[in-house]
Amino acid sequence: MQFLEYSLPLLGLAFTSTQAWTFLFVIITFMIYLYIGWASRAQESGEFYVAGQGVPAIANGAATAADWMSAASFISMAGLISALGSDGSFYLLGWTGGYVLLAMLLAPYLRKFGQYTVPDFVAKRYYSETARIVAAICAVFISITYVAGQMRGVGIVFARFLEVETWQGVVIGMFIVGVFAVLGGMKGITWTQVVQFFVLIAAFLIPTVALSYMLTDNPIPQVGFATGDIAEKVNKIQEDLGFAAYTQPFTNYDKTNVFLITLALMTGTAGLPHVIVRFYTVANVRAARYSAFWALLFIALLYTSAPVLAMFARYSILETLNGAHIGEMVHDKDTDVDYYPIYQVNDAGKEEVVQWVSNWQKTGLITIDDKNKDGILSLKNVDGNFAEVKIDKDILVLATPEIAKLSPWVIAIVATGGLAAALSTAAGLLLVISSSMAHDLYVHFVEPQATEPRRLLIARIMIIGAIFVAGYFGIYPPGFIGQVVAFAFGLAAASFFPIIFLGIFDKRMNREGAISGMVVGVLFTAVYIIGCRSDKILGTAAPLMTPWLTGSKWIPDGLQPEAAGAVGLILNFTVALVVSRLTSPPPDDVQDLVESVRIPRGSHAPEAHFDETDAEADNP
Amino acid sequence: MSSTPPRNPSPARPVPKVAYWRQNLIVIGILLSIWAFVSFGCSILWIEWLNQYKIGNLPLGFWFAQQGSMYVFLVLILVYALVMDYLDRKHDVKE
Repeated sequence: MQFLEYSLPLLGLAFTSTQAWTFLFVIITFMIYLYIGWASRAQESGEFYVAGQGVPAIANGAATAADWMSAASFISMAGLISALGSDGSFYLLGWTGGYVLLAMLLAPYLRKFGQYTVPDFVAKRYYSETARIVAAICAVFISITYVAGQMRGVGIVFARFLEVETWQGVVIGMFIVGVFAVLGGMKGITWTQVVQFFVLIAAFLIPTVALSYMLTDNPIPQVGFATGDIAEKVNKIQEDLGFAAYTQPFTNYDKTNVFLITLALMTGTAGLPHVIVRFYTVANVRAARYSAFWALLFIALLYTSAPVLAMFARYSILETLNGAHIGEMVHDKDTDVDYYPIYQVNDAGKEEVVQWVSNWQKTGLITIDDKNKDGILSLKNVDGNFAEVKIDKDILVLATPEIAKLSPWVIAIVATGGLAAALSTAAGLLLVISSSMAHDLYVHFVEPQATEPRRLLIARIMIIGAIFVAGYFGIYPPGFIGQVVAFAFGLAAASFFPIIFLGIFDKRMNREGAISGMVVGVLFTAVYIIGCRSDKILGTAAPLMTPWLTGSKWIPDGLQPEAAGAVGLILNFTVALVVSRLTSPPPDDVQDLVESVRIPRGSHAPEAHFDETDAEADNP
Repeated sequence: MSSTPPRNPSPARPVPKVAYWRQNLIVIGILLSIWAFVSFGCSILWIEWLNQYKIGNLPLGFWFAQQGSMYVFLVLILVYALVMDYLDRKHDVKE
C-alpha cells in the first residue's frame, strides 16, 4: 500500500492518495462550474449585471452566502479565532451582524431603486456625477484589494494539495473564474455560486462534525460546543502553559477596540458593493427581505461552526504537541527543507510520527525549534507565542482533518471547499470591478450612446482585464494584502454605508452633505490606516503614526487601525448631517425618488423607476 | 463634473405613505435595539459580568459572543420580513 500511495505515476507527479482524491474532486466540481457558466450565457446587459432580476430568494441567499464567505472566512477565520480566543468574536459578530443592517436599512430600498450598480444609486440620489465617480472608484479599490487575496488563496490551496507552483495554481483559478464570469456575467455567477455554497458548506461541516463527535460524543457541533467539557480542558491547559484562559475576554484587544472593530466590520459588511449588488438580482422588494434571511441562515451554518472548530482545534494542538518527543532532523529531497518529526505515544503504547506536523513543516507554515535542546516540544507562553513551535494561523482549517486523523478523501473535500469559497468570492468581486469600470465609468462618460451588444462587449473586456489584474496581484502579492482587508472594510464603513443609509432615511440629505461627509470619512480612515501601517503599505522603516490615545483610560491599547472605519463612519454621519442642514434641500424629483424607494410597489417597472410615471404607480 | 440640473416639479407629485413609513421605522427601531443589545451589550460591554453564569459548560457571555448573538440576528431578520409582509398588505403597497 505504501508503495502504491507514494509512487503512483500520474502526470509525472508522485501522488499520495490525498492528492489523488483532491485532484478528482477538483476536476468534478470545476466541470460543474464550467458547465453552468456555459449553460447560463448572458445575452443582454440586464442578464449580465443583475441576472435578469429573476433569481428566487432562497437561491440568491445561497449565492450571497458563497459570495460573502471568502477564502478568509473558510480558511483563515477559525485560525484567527483559535489564536485570539474570546476576542476573536468580533469577526463572528461583525461579519454576521452586518446582515441585520443590510436586511433592514439597505437591501429592500436598493432593490426598489433597481438599476445595475451601487454608484447608480449614489449618482441618482445625490444628483451628481462626481458622486458616481467617487463611488465607482471606491468600489473598484475595495474589490481589487479583496480579489487579490482570493487569487492568492487559490494558489496556496493548489500548491499544498496538488504540489504545483503557486503561480500555476493562480493561473488555473484565473481560467476557471474567467470562463464563467465572462460568459455568464451575473446570471452565470449566481448559479455557480449556489453550487459552490453547497460544496464549501459540506467541506466545512464534515470535519467539524467529525471532530465534535470525537471530542464531545455529540455530532452537532453547535450543541457539543456548550455541552462538552472542552472549554474547561482547554482553559486549564492554557493556564498551565502561562496563557490567559481561552474563554477570558479582552486579553488581546481592550474593550473599546473590540467594540469599535465590531462596529466597523458590521457597517463595512453592509456597505460592501459585491454583497449589495446581489440584492439587485431578485424579483422584488419582498424577495430582497427574504433573501437576506436565507443568506444569513446559510452563512450562520459556517459561522456558528467556526468557533467550535477553533476551540476544538486549539485543544487538539495543545494536547498533541505539548511535551511531545522531537526526533532527529530529516532532510526532504523534494522540497529541499529540513524538518523535525514529532513523536506521540499511540493507543497501543508505541511511539509514532505525527504526520501532519511533518507535512506542514515541508511547506514552511509550521516551524519547530528545540531551543533548550531537551528533545521535548514545549508550548509554554513566551511573549504571547508558543516557546518552541510556530504555527501559521491560516493552516488550521486545512490541517484539522489531518490533525483529527480523518480519511484522505475528507482532506480532499476541505481543499475543494476552500477553492469553492475563494472562486465564488473572486467571481462576485470581478463583476463589481467590471460593472464599475464598464457601466459607471466607460459607458457613462465615454460612450453614452453605445448599443446593447457593444455594452455587453465592453463589460466582457473589462472583466478579462480585471482577471489579469487580480491574477497579477495573486502571483506577485504586494506585501500589504493582509493589512488592507482592514482598509477595505474601513472604507466601505466610512463611505458607502452612511451615504446609502442617509439617502433612504433622511429626505433632507443633499448633495453637499453626502459628498463632504464621504470625503471626510474616507480621508480620515485612509490616512489613519496608512499612517499606522505605513511600514507594511508604503515600505517606510517604521510606522509614521502610533495609534492615538495609547495608554488612556478608555482605550489603553490605542485606537487600532482595524477600528478606524468606525470613527470614519461617525465623522461621515456628523459632517453630512451638519452640512446638509446649512445648504439647500434636494430638488423635488429627488425627494420623490426617496418616497418611491420607501414603498415596495412598482419594483418591476421596466425603466426609470425614479421618474413621475413610477410615482403615479405608487398611488393608483 | 457638473450635476444634473433639478427638473421642474411634476404636476402630479406622489403623496407620501406617512403611516406605512412611520410603522416601518418603529419596527426597525425595536428590532435594531435588540440587535444592539445582544451584540454590543451581551457580547462586549457586559461580557465579563455575564461570564459568571453558565450555559451548559460555557461561560454565558462567551457563548453570546461566539454563538448566541448569531441565532438572535437570524430571528430578527425573519421577524422583520414577516412583519413587513403584514404592513405591506395592510397599507396596500405590496406588489
